Amino acid sequence: MEPRPKSFYLLAAFFALFLLFLYGPTLTIAILSFQGPEGGLTFPMRGVSLYWFRDLFEQQAVGDIWGAFRRSLALGLMVMVATVVIALMGGLAFRKKFAGSGALFYLIITALVIPSILVSLGVGLIFSQSGLEVHWATSGFGSQLTWTLPFGLLIMFAIFNRFNPAYEEAARDQGATAWQTIRHVVVPMIAPSLFGVALFGFTLSYDEFARTLLTSGSYNTLPLEIYGMTTNVTTPVIFALGTLTTVFSFLVIGVFMAVLWIGAKRQARLGSDAGKGV
Amino acid sequence: MERLLKSRHLSGWLLASPLVVVLFFFLILPIVMITVVSFWTATEFSIVPAFSLENYEFLFGSDVTYRVFLNTAKYAAITWVFTLGIGFTIAYFLAFHIRSTGWQTALFLLCTIPFWTSNIIRMISWIPFLGRNGIANSTLMAWGVIDQPLDWLLFSDFSVILAFVHLYTLFMVVPIFNTMMRIDRSLLEAANDAGATGWQTLWNVIIPLCKPGIMIGTIFVVTMVMGDFITVRFMSGSQSANVGRLISNDIALLQYPSAAATSVVLLATVLITIAIFLRFVDIRKEL
Repeated sequence: MEPRPKSFYLLAAFFALFLLFLYGPTLTIAILSFQGPEGGLTFPMRGVSLYWFRDLFEQQAVGDIWGAFRRSLALGLMVMVATVVIALMGGLAFRKKFAGSGALFYLIITALVIPSILVSLGVGLIFSQSGLEVHWATSGFGSQLTWTLPFGLLIMFAIFNRFNPAYEEAARDQGATAWQTIRHVVVPMIAPSLFGVALFGFTLSYDEFARTLLTSGSYNTLPLEIYGMTTNVTTPVIFALGTLTTVFSFLVIGVFMAVLWIGAKRQARLGSDAGKGV
Repeated sequence: MERLLKSRHLSGWLLASPLVVVLFFFLILPIVMITVVSFWTATEFSIVPAFSLENYEFLFGSDVTYRVFLNTAKYAAITWVFTLGIGFTIAYFLAFHIRSTGWQTALFLLCTIPFWTSNIIRMISWIPFLGRNGIANSTLMAWGVIDQPLDWLLFSDFSVILAFVHLYTLFMVVPIFNTMMRIDRSLLEAANDAGATGWQTLWNVIIPLCKPGIMIGTIFVVTMVMGDFITVRFMSGSQSANVGRLISNDIALLQYPSAAATSVVLLATVLITIAIFLRFVDIRKEL
């Protein structure tokens, strides 16, 4: 192997600084959330305690944090399932050109680039003008899908651009129906990527703010609740909440990664022996 | 053949139908609704169906509009420069300097994980760093660089752009890294053999081949900055404005027709910008 050029060390230092820039602030609030009861929003630490975390679990004067968390969790799961199913179907549809598929593609791009607050405003207006009540599980759910679906579809397009149709042809040649081909050949092969779509669906929904702002009704989701706190809470309790929800996000990401990793191992162990001359 | 052709269109639409339903009700209808309401009028308490151009007359007749649109463009341009510079460098390091695939994946994931966490929390987390008594000021004072705390670190254009760069550099790293990984390494060897220096290879081979990734990253960053309202509001401490804040302020005052008119103009601006960008890249080919 060639020795590493000098530029490597420069770039490595730049990369390290970038990681510090990415994670530094989050780590800072994680540390500050352990402030003592007299502590403020910045250093120095006035003692170390779990005071602000306890505060989060006890006092509910600021709002309904745990209710908001439950709603965000439920909404995230709903959006996740819908995103996986709809994006998979959409991805399959786009494998062949059909009349209007070009226009539909541009509509997906529009969903991706439209300012989120416009979706919020538009959906809010439709509901209010037609006398319907906005609710996180209806109007909020739909509004969030306009954000998660484009991501899911872009991933599906990327997968199917690389998918070798020979597998499906082989399945068909052996007499599999279209449904059987999808169920037993296509889906298992792209399962890791579907997990990726699920991760996008859940986390984008769980953290979404602007699209739920005018569409969630009288019950806040967690990001809305946190946003409300930024305007009237000036204690480290907000850091404690931020730390907890970030830890939760990391857990979710970790679970997805672990599933993918185990899946890949399993596939390597039980995988096909095709081409190995057995 | 005729029947086959027909069934291809039919099965395409059937498979895409849930997608079409969602996009119809939550994208097309809202855009139509906003456009319609932008011609309505508002009283203090309610909005009144009408056909009036007063929202647009007011919008285009006020200097505030031009200043705010200009400010939005400024945020987009500066953020674009920084995210592109940093994003390209990071992607270049990962794609060309990290030799083992395992490390490449691990470091790439490390760069993307923050994308799956909350933007609002990531904004809040700058407060202890940038505040008047924050880490940045106390460090600079301890080093003797400054005598008194800098006021422009938090709640200023500086902090707005810092937050944008912090939130959105990822969107440059991912597509640029993706195109870089597809560059045939023998091209670099050929450039090297032909006597190109490292910089010449970078400028004449790598950057031109990365254009699609750069364009996709640009589309993401520019549209997200143009459509933002929360970052500007939070990080500027309500002292700066962009178009998104103009809209959200009108919404807060229940001036929906006026908010809708601004939204229509913003949407048109964003779509025209993206249409121009899309002339330089075929997204479907790049996935």
